[in-house]
Amino acid sequence: MAAKDPRLRDWEEKELAASLARFPERRQHFTCPGGREVERLALPDEIDERYCEDLGFPGRYPFTRGVQPTMYRGRLWTMRQYAGFSTARASNERYRYLLDQGQTGLSIAFDLPTQIGYDSDDPMALGEVGKVGVAIDTLADMEILFDRIPLDKISTSMTINSPAMVLLAMYVAVAEKQGVAADRLRGTIQNDALKEYVARGTYIFPPRPSLRLITDIFRWCADHMPRFNTISISGYHIREAGSTASQEVAFTLANGITYVQAALDAGLSLDTFARRLAFFFNAHSNLLEEVAKFRAARRLWARIMKERFGATDPASMMLRFHAQTAGSTLTAQQVDNNIVRVTIQALAAVLGGTQSLHTNSRDEALSLPTEESVRTALRTQQIIAHESGVADTVDPLAGSWFIEQLTDAIEAEARELIRQVDEAGGVIACIENGFISSQIEEASYRYQQEVEQGERIIVGVNAFQVEEEATVPVLKIDPAVEDEQVQRLRQLKAQRDREQVAAALRDVEQAARSGTNLMEPVLAAVRCYCSLGEICGVLRQVFGEYRD
Amino acid sequence: MDKRYRVLIGKPGLDGHDRGAKFIARALRDAGFEVIYTGIRRTVDEIAAAAIQEDVAAVGLSSMSGAHMRLFPAVVEALARAGGADIPVLGGGIIPDEDIPALKNAGITAIFTPGTPIDTIIEAFRAACRTHLGQQAR
Repeated sequence: MAAKDPRLRDWEEKELAASLARFPERRQHFTCPGGREVERLALPDEIDERYCEDLGFPGRYPFTRGVQPTMYRGRLWTMRQYAGFSTARASNERYRYLLDQGQTGLSIAFDLPTQIGYDSDDPMALGEVGKVGVAIDTLADMEILFDRIPLDKISTSMTINSPAMVLLAMYVAVAEKQGVAADRLRGTIQNDALKEYVARGTYIFPPRPSLRLITDIFRWCADHMPRFNTISISGYHIREAGSTASQEVAFTLANGITYVQAALDAGLSLDTFARRLAFFFNAHSNLLEEVAKFRAARRLWARIMKERFGATDPASMMLRFHAQTAGSTLTAQQVDNNIVRVTIQALAAVLGGTQSLHTNSRDEALSLPTEESVRTALRTQQIIAHESGVADTVDPLAGSWFIEQLTDAIEAEARELIRQVDEAGGVIACIENGFISSQIEEASYRYQQEVEQGERIIVGVNAFQVEEEATVPVLKIDPAVEDEQVQRLRQLKAQRDREQVAAALRDVEQAARSGTNLMEPVLAAVRCYCSLGEICGVLRQVFGEYRD
Repeated sequence: MDKRYRVLIGKPGLDGHDRGAKFIARALRDAGFEVIYTGIRRTVDEIAAAAIQEDVAAVGLSSMSGAHMRLFPAVVEALARAGGADIPVLGGGIIPDEDIPALKNAGITAIFTPGTPIDTIIEAFRAACRTHLGQQAR
């Protein structure tokens, strides 16, 4: 055998050794049934310059093969089901059920009024309270939401964007009450306002003040919550809105560039915040294209951070991501087929090296999922993790000509789109002039037309249909939930110290106007039970509102 | 088509999932309709006012957040208050089959659930517009 390549030896001695010391692998030996040993990292016979430049070693720039040297041999991805509905009490029960079933992280879904900064008793909230997630008005709701869930032991992801600071403050305040200091908290806030203007739609403020809130969070967390991901830059919703895979990568990374630039402009130093940036991608049905997409996104982000921003710390160049299977691909027809779709999509995310994963439930084209279908979705991940063998070796599809060509193509297409965005004045200009939305709309329309014309087969929808009786049990939110939540909020508001509340809101307003970091005054306001709607109301007055 | 029907596609409430609404709007346009799309997060009164102001022959509503039982009937009521009681309202989105009878009782002309072919939806808009304008002529 030839002498070991010096670059391989170097990686083994540095990244690999350090990683093994920190996280021993899950097993001494990984074997196929029958006993054949599974290699940690399969490599080409000859490691050449091109290999090192484009693929390299896992846990090392450009991270094409993954962000950890041992990937899932060290630790499986976090199985994190997005959940939340109706009241804090009902959601708390679902979370404790999921944790009992072996889920390893929480992911909180908030209802639309919460996501848009309205209290449950606001006229704008009519009909929406508790529908697509849990209603949170004040710290009192948050205390119930995390009742008997030890915040020092789990990590929590919160899908909250425009009012992210308020919910983050509530999370910190609940942890304080449990005796857990902020610096021990792990988790993620989505906090990605920019994509809301082109997909998803839960914006409140115009783009510029939104960026200021985000950089205030970056700064505060750099000092107080070093283990918390301060943003999850999301392509998921861009893809759900109908974009292509390359557009998903391009517009997500373009948003990432905008956040990095905003933070640098606000005076933060790159290595204090860049390591806490996280990403969120869609895991769609085209298995091989998706695997290539995740690898391309990782490599392109590493290159952008190094070449464009001059990052030197590898942690600042590493694209860590959460993935969710594609809700928009689920069909209301023959719902059990969705389990198969989700399996393929989840497999793509794992083969693409995700850090955490949500698998959708089979009934989501009909309603929020029932407990039984959520369990099947979680079991899908557990089967991939423990039975399929794909988690036993790092980046198993590397070196496939098709996968590598596709990885290169997606990176090149995304790079070109980012160049176009830059040339047109950056993301905010492209939100305002409609460039990004129209690109997504065009792709979405083209795809849907192909489905309508039968050029693309959707099993059970435009081919292989059957007559079905509607017998799928669906989860319904009792309309009384809204009235109860409103009642609880009014009671709480009546019991508060009015002067303390007014003073706290004045402090928020003053900080918003003066430009000092908003996090401390918002934290003080939530501690004395100022509501989300009150705090966002003050910020609406100062910052104005965005309208599409 | 002998007449260019004018319709409004609206997104009431807080739901921002507008991929479906935008697709319907564009497909109706391609089929010869004149389409006003309100954009997301409109109140029921804003939708009713726009429908009256634009003198549309039908209103289409989309909701994915489960708020259809409150919002769709509220648009029908808002239209009536604004003097458009006779404008037909059609709806679509993630709507369980069991909710459909109640929505029809509340005055919604037709409900489309996921997977409905676009031609069926276009035909329903055409029929609703024809009926509405026929009634007006009388």
